[in-house]
Amino acid sequence: MPELLTQFAQMALVLLLAPLLTGFVRKLKARLLRRRGPSVFQPYRDLLRLLRKEVVLAENASWLFRAAPYLIFATTWVAAALVPTFATGLLYSWSADLIAVIALLGSTRFLLALAGMDIGTSFGGIGSSREVMIASLAEPAMLLIAFTLALVAGSTQLSTVADFMNSPEVGLRVSVGMALIALVMVAIAENARIPVDNPATHLELTMVHEAMVLEYSGRHLAMIELASYLKLLLYVSLIACLFAPWGLAPPGASLTAFAWGAVAWFGKLAVAGTLLALFETAIAKMRVFRVPEFLGAALMLGLLATLLMFVSKSL
Amino acid sequence: MISDIDLLLSGVAALLATALIGIGLGKRAMGRRLVYGIALILCSAMSAVALAHLLDPTATPSTAWLPLGLPWQGAHFRLDSLSAFFSFVTGLGGAAASLFALGYGRHESEPQRVLPFYPLFLAGMNLVVLADDAFSFLLSWEFMSLSSWALVMAHHQDRDNSHAGFVYLIMASLGTLALLLAFGLLASAGGDYTFDAMRASTHAPATAFLVLALVLLGAGSKAGVVPLHAWLPLAHPAAPSHVSALMSGVMTKVAVYGFIRIVFELLGEPQWWSGFLVLLAGGATAVLGVLYALMQHDLKRLLAYHTVENIGIIFIGLGLALAFDANGLPAAAALALTAALFHVFNHSVFKSLLFFGAGAVLTATGERDMERQGGLIHRMPKTAFAFLVGCIAISALPPLNGFVSEWLTFQAILQSPELPQWALKIMVPAVGGMLALSAALAAACFVKAYGITFLGRPRSEAARDAHETDGFSLAAMFVLAALCLAAGILPGFVIDALAPAMQALLGERMPLQAGVDWLSIVPVAAGRSSYNGWLVFAFIALSASLAVVIIHRFASHARRRAPAWDCGFPDPDPATQYTAASFAQPIRRVFGTWIFAAREQVEMPPPGSTAPARHVAIVRDLLWEWLYAPVAGAVGYASDRLNVLQFLTIRRYLSLVFLALVMLLMVLAIWP
Repeated sequence: MPELLTQFAQMALVLLLAPLLTGFVRKLKARLLRRRGPSVFQPYRDLLRLLRKEVVLAENASWLFRAAPYLIFATTWVAAALVPTFATGLLYSWSADLIAVIALLGSTRFLLALAGMDIGTSFGGIGSSREVMIASLAEPAMLLIAFTLALVAGSTQLSTVADFMNSPEVGLRVSVGMALIALVMVAIAENARIPVDNPATHLELTMVHEAMVLEYSGRHLAMIELASYLKLLLYVSLIACLFAPWGLAPPGASLTAFAWGAVAWFGKLAVAGTLLALFETAIAKMRVFRVPEFLGAALMLGLLATLLMFVSKSL
Repeated sequence: MISDIDLLLSGVAALLATALIGIGLGKRAMGRRLVYGIALILCSAMSAVALAHLLDPTATPSTAWLPLGLPWQGAHFRLDSLSAFFSFVTGLGGAAASLFALGYGRHESEPQRVLPFYPLFLAGMNLVVLADDAFSFLLSWEFMSLSSWALVMAHHQDRDNSHAGFVYLIMASLGTLALLLAFGLLASAGGDYTFDAMRASTHAPATAFLVLALVLLGAGSKAGVVPLHAWLPLAHPAAPSHVSALMSGVMTKVAVYGFIRIVFELLGEPQWWSGFLVLLAGGATAVLGVLYALMQHDLKRLLAYHTVENIGIIFIGLGLALAFDANGLPAAAALALTAALFHVFNHSVFKSLLFFGAGAVLTATGERDMERQGGLIHRMPKTAFAFLVGCIAISALPPLNGFVSEWLTFQAILQSPELPQWALKIMVPAVGGMLALSAALAAACFVKAYGITFLGRPRSEAARDAHETDGFSLAAMFVLAALCLAAGILPGFVIDALAPAMQALLGERMPLQAGVDWLSIVPVAAGRSSYNGWLVFAFIALSASLAVVIIHRFASHARRRAPAWDCGFPDPDPATQYTAASFAQPIRRVFGTWIFAAREQVEMPPPGSTAPARHVAIVRDLLWEWLYAPVAGAVGYASDRLNVLQFLTIRRYLSLVFLALVMLLMVLAIWP
């Protein structure tokens, strides 16, 4: 029973907090640029406004275009619900391990790329084609990171890995450090952040994610936006639970432990959001064909980390 | 009581007899219905028998002997769990293809060239998996090759097809030759060609190495292992679509069967380097196959190249199984081999489905070129839906079946740090990276295939006027799509069904999955990894429906159709859409510059000229240029030189004969 409650609490929390994280990052970026910036609650208002508006569908939009936003949102939500955020004892954590979570995100990308091509506009095509190019490097890098962690912890289950990383057995390992760097790089690319993509761009030719969703409006757009907020939260929580699992409440812990777990998680989100805003403000966006070099480095780091684990368990 | 093997052999005999109907009534509609109808019934019955044998816990291998073939030996047949599994896959693929062809065959311009060979091809494939001696194995193998060759040549007037048939024939003969030599080595001096005798004997490492190399050459060329794949993307698309589905979905699996039978069973105890070699071949095949597929704009050829990728994934599983087995880790070997066989089943299902979809598109638009398709999701909604299921499944995305087998392969890779050999320690993570890369590229490839063919706006008149395909074809596609979902959300049953084959080959099986809570799959131990397909599926379905209901009930459900936005500049010309070539451009730049020597040239007209500027993308098939073209050139050169031998006088021929005789006698005299 407590597991079920934890599971539901987590599902509700990620859904409620995801827009806040994005709003926080946006606000902080604006402040760093000495703008006042919109309120941290602006993403909620945007979502509500979009949900109330009518949908303007292109004349030749198919059923796939209309079904995709809901499927993308649902799949992202399921994935986010399975990553331990404040407690490890999630009831359904065994239904999908780290590899399956990565693949679930792959499913959302597959649907989004198809939706981008549905109307038959040139921007949709450019977005989809660049998105799959980025994914073709980011996904293997991500899987190799998963391999490294699975070999360190002897499991691909996220809660088991988090428990292991919290124990003193981990120590300092080169491979884990490499995996962390690679995972951060992948997370930046997957969430369409600077320097890979610009979430706030207004120049269509430089867009990837925004170009794919250009034709969406109303509630459909709200679903896609919410899915992208969830994805950012998911990656931050993933990095936190794998590399900074401090404070995670173990299964069957007391209520205070859960409360501390939640506080620790909020703290981690705030730190990650601050770092992201600082990083994005300090760096310029790179050309599209520089991205493969950036992600290629992540892929090589992942491969090297896995290789080290094969060479010696203690590296 | 008739044994299972007798039932299957009578099915094969009935298929052979069906060919007579094809000859007699080849040109009539009646003949088409009869041949495909009978093939459908026979294949379904045979797959049911094979499945019953596989699932029966008390089943023992059943054998049969027929007084055919070599007079002192006859023909031996045997049905054990491994051949039962492959027999099931063959029967299922054959049944689906026959159901599809009941409708699709109507559009065949020259049915008399297809109908006689179709049941022969099915019979050949079924015989290969049942054969229990080298002679009947090779005979059935060659029978399968030749009947499929005849089907590839059904439209031989097309120059591309006759070229494909020529390449196929050469590669098939080469493959059979390699297998013949491999069996010769296995039978050794005793010359006993039954598999029983081969199982009993042991082999020196040098012999084992030679046999492995020859089997990789023979079975590998049939399966499409790089660099022996060259014939596959030519021949598979050239045949009628239901035959393409059989060749890609089933015949390559028969080749995998041949490989498993010889390397895992007849060759005896594996050595670690056999795992290394197979892993190397598998990894290269997976990545190169999908990269080649990405460069294609012919839908059927893209699918054929993709078969190469999937064969690579299967061979990665097989290589891991060999490496584990050689190091005395039978549990891990069982996991890897289960993953490979699971992928065999999956690939036969979704590749057949995709080829059926390509066939439906071909009849609807008359085009295989994706650059002239587009928007078919509106004209052919049902085909589009089934094809989408196939695309998601083959891209290894949850919750469909392709993901489960790749997930199992990943789990097998994670078992391998325990391997002692350094070569394997380095090789396995590299192969894991290649597998991950090919999975991501496969998704890209099928976004392209689906997006260009079915989405967007029609790029030609034919695509604009396309019609939904017939009921039989749709039924075949939907049955296979349902199988993709079923195997994806309830994988535990498939794993358990494969267990007897593991037990027979490796003496160890994966843990029983039927008893796991919530029908999850747990490959090793609950703490290490688990996956639950139907829960993931149910969660996604639930939360998506929840979102739809809540939003439509409490927020907005208003909808308005308007012209596309496209940043304010929509162009009505469908040529402004992304094409297959432009979609692949980023990946061509990233991976193609060194694998395909891909270049892009911009030809600008001189100032003042009104000629259009041209942008040319050049992609070269380096494997063909460096491997096949030199060999073909050398053979051509040698035959040119030897050609003079045809035009000698009788005196010279006689002196040549005399010289040959003297040479032979001298050899005999010197020979110890």
